[in-house]
Amino acid sequence: MIRVQPEPFDPAAELAAFIAGAKGAGAVASFTGLVRGDDNVSGLELDHYPALTGKAVAAIGEAARARFGLAALAIVHRFGALAPGEPIVFVAAAAAHRRAAFRAVDYMMDRLKTEAPFWKREHGPDGPRWIEARGSDVEDRARWG
Amino acid sequence: MATILFFGRLRDAVGTNALAATLPDDVRDTDAVRSWLGSDHPALCDPSVRIAVNAEMTAANRAVGDGDEIAFLPPMSGG
Repeated sequence: MIRVQPEPFDPAAELAAFIAGAKGAGAVASFTGLVRGDDNVSGLELDHYPALTGKAVAAIGEAARARFGLAALAIVHRFGALAPGEPIVFVAAAAAHRRAAFRAVDYMMDRLKTEAPFWKREHGPDGPRWIEARGSDVEDRARWG
Repeated sequence: MATILFFGRLRDAVGTNALAATLPDDVRDTDAVRSWLGSDHPALCDPSVRIAVNAEMTAANRAVGDGDEIAFLPPMSGG
């Protein structure tokens, strides 16, 4: 299940629905990314390329499914205006055993950070500022080949 | 007429998120589009900036023409 949406979502409800649909799997791992609650950040804006985003995110999910033998996966990603503390991304993987589920979530996040067509702009006291993938994000992505 | 899109910081660098442009006769591939627009907007020439044509990422220079959607993408930052 893959969604890219401007609306807020509830990660607890997403996880409950995912587990309910993952019958037969032995392990479910999930990750929720939040807008950091920094005092200097009043909000975050996510630009994206609608014609490309859906298929780029779907391709990352399919690669994870094939690589880790997943029984099911979920990616929910927001765009538009977000407030500090709000969930921005939710990723879940269901597999026969825990190691594949953990690794699949890590893998999907590393690829989303560097290969999904989103661009973040932070709003702070000095005005808006674009944020790009850090060198460490690129190194994290490179671990997977 | 080609549509040219700019995302992230390139939106600010160019001053718009979209242009409808008639490509000059000698601008017939993505490298040429980059040089053509890059003379006014050097941020487009940064090697970290990638190009998508009709919502497909390009890995190498690629032919473009009227009716194509050419997007300039700075390094992505999802998640």
